[in-house]
Amino acid sequence: MLAVNGLGHRYGTGKNAHVALEEVSFTVDSGEIVCVVGPSGCGKSTLLRAVSGLLRPTKGASTLWDKEITAVPEELAVVFQDYSRSLLPWLRVAGNVEFPLRNQDLNRVDRKERAAEALAWVGLDGAGEKYPWQLSGGMQQRVAIARALAYRPTLMVMDEPFASVDAQTREDLEDLLRRVRTEHGMTVLLVTHDIDESVYLSDRVVVLSSAPTTVLTTIKVDLPVERNQIATRESERFVHLRGEVARLLRRSSD
Amino acid sequence: MRPVLRKVTGAAAFLILWEAASRSGLVDAQIVPPPSVVAVGLVRSFGDPTFLPGVISTVLSWLIAVALATAIGVTLGLLLGSLPRLRTASGMIVEFLRPLPGVALIPLVIALIGSDAQTKIVLATFVAVWPILLNTIYALGELDPQLIDVTRAYRVPRRRVALWVKLPATLPFILTGVRLSTSIALISLVSTEFLTGGTIGLGQYIYLEGSSAGRMDLVLAGTVFAGLLGLLANLGLSGLQRTLSPWAPKGSSA
Repeated sequence: MLAVNGLGHRYGTGKNAHVALEEVSFTVDSGEIVCVVGPSGCGKSTLLRAVSGLLRPTKGASTLWDKEITAVPEELAVVFQDYSRSLLPWLRVAGNVEFPLRNQDLNRVDRKERAAEALAWVGLDGAGEKYPWQLSGGMQQRVAIARALAYRPTLMVMDEPFASVDAQTREDLEDLLRRVRTEHGMTVLLVTHDIDESVYLSDRVVVLSSAPTTVLTTIKVDLPVERNQIATRESERFVHLRGEVARLLRRSSD
Repeated sequence: MRPVLRKVTGAAAFLILWEAASRSGLVDAQIVPPPSVVAVGLVRSFGDPTFLPGVISTVLSWLIAVALATAIGVTLGLLLGSLPRLRTASGMIVEFLRPLPGVALIPLVIALIGSDAQTKIVLATFVAVWPILLNTIYALGELDPQLIDVTRAYRVPRRRVALWVKLPATLPFILTGVRLSTSIALISLVSTEFLTGGTIGLGQYIYLEGSSAGRMDLVLAGTVFAGLLGLLANLGLSGLQRTLSPWAPKGSSA
């Protein structure tokens, strides 16, 4: 469904140019959760911005259903890392979730229903009338995720979405993401620096090298579809996979 | 209730000290009459055939000047804030005009448009434009690029971005500018009235009572009245700011 072909990006020109991405290629199949993991500073966010059409890469291109991505495609939703700066502070929680839905062909009632439903998924039913600043950081990020879910994208692109929430919320959100993916047939591309998270969440892990960034390898995560925060993480296969990813990252940064 | 009580206590303490200083002879009661005498003077002033029309002229000019300054400041601010090249080109002129003392322009403006109310309005507008203009430009510069990214990620149409993202983001700054400008406009008005003979207005009343009548109680009555006007306007605008930006945590707009 999504194909990233030889994507490269360089900020600036001449001597001061900074090559954020050398050349990155991978694919995401429909219904998959793919995690991109890489050492910090390897241009993961640049990659996501380029893939989602927010940034024009200086080299290569991405295609969604064989169509080149030049602007953000309609079937795509983005969840940013910094929740505190991605919600509109002057809109209430429900207003924030509904905001992107106003482009869609939905009437008021349907919009409200969708927002309420998405808020319930992330465990925030009843918080709709609050302002974002009245919520904790983890709750704000859940609002941002609810906003993306309510939008019903076919492809959800997430930039370190759980990096700044507490451990308990993080586990809940990871399980929620897998559940919603199954229930709604969504495809997810998620960037993280957390090796365990990448293995736990995904069907495939794309391992990036440190800058100049290329794809080291893609690892198939052959864990059962039903995962459990405790049992899965202590299973032999999980430990083996996380070790494999960790070794790759370690070697690349040496 | 506590802070209100504290503010009232502070004001009362000041009045008592003033009263005591005047009555005890610590300051010359001929030059600085005690507040009780000033208060009686203020009440009596309303019987004076020049006081009330003067006040009305000042207040009306004030409203017009602040409205004009807001219209000009916001329009120019949005223009300069969105067009960096124009902003750079106009930077020197703005920085040159901004610190010009309005009263120094009185002769020029009188020569240009006569000495009626339009003069003080033009001058008050001139000095009141800058805080609004600069705050508007600043607010646009402070607009979080991630919020713009969010609107792009969800393909929010440009008009809705202006109305629902840019306007609310800049509004608190604009209102702060208006609040600053309101005080500055009043100072300019009263000064211009004071310095321009043969006009009506609060400043001219103070001038006449001070220079020809030597009635310091009435001079102070006029001064206190101008101060009260400023205080009321500031309270009103603070209230407006809170009503118009309910998302801001309480106490941030003080």
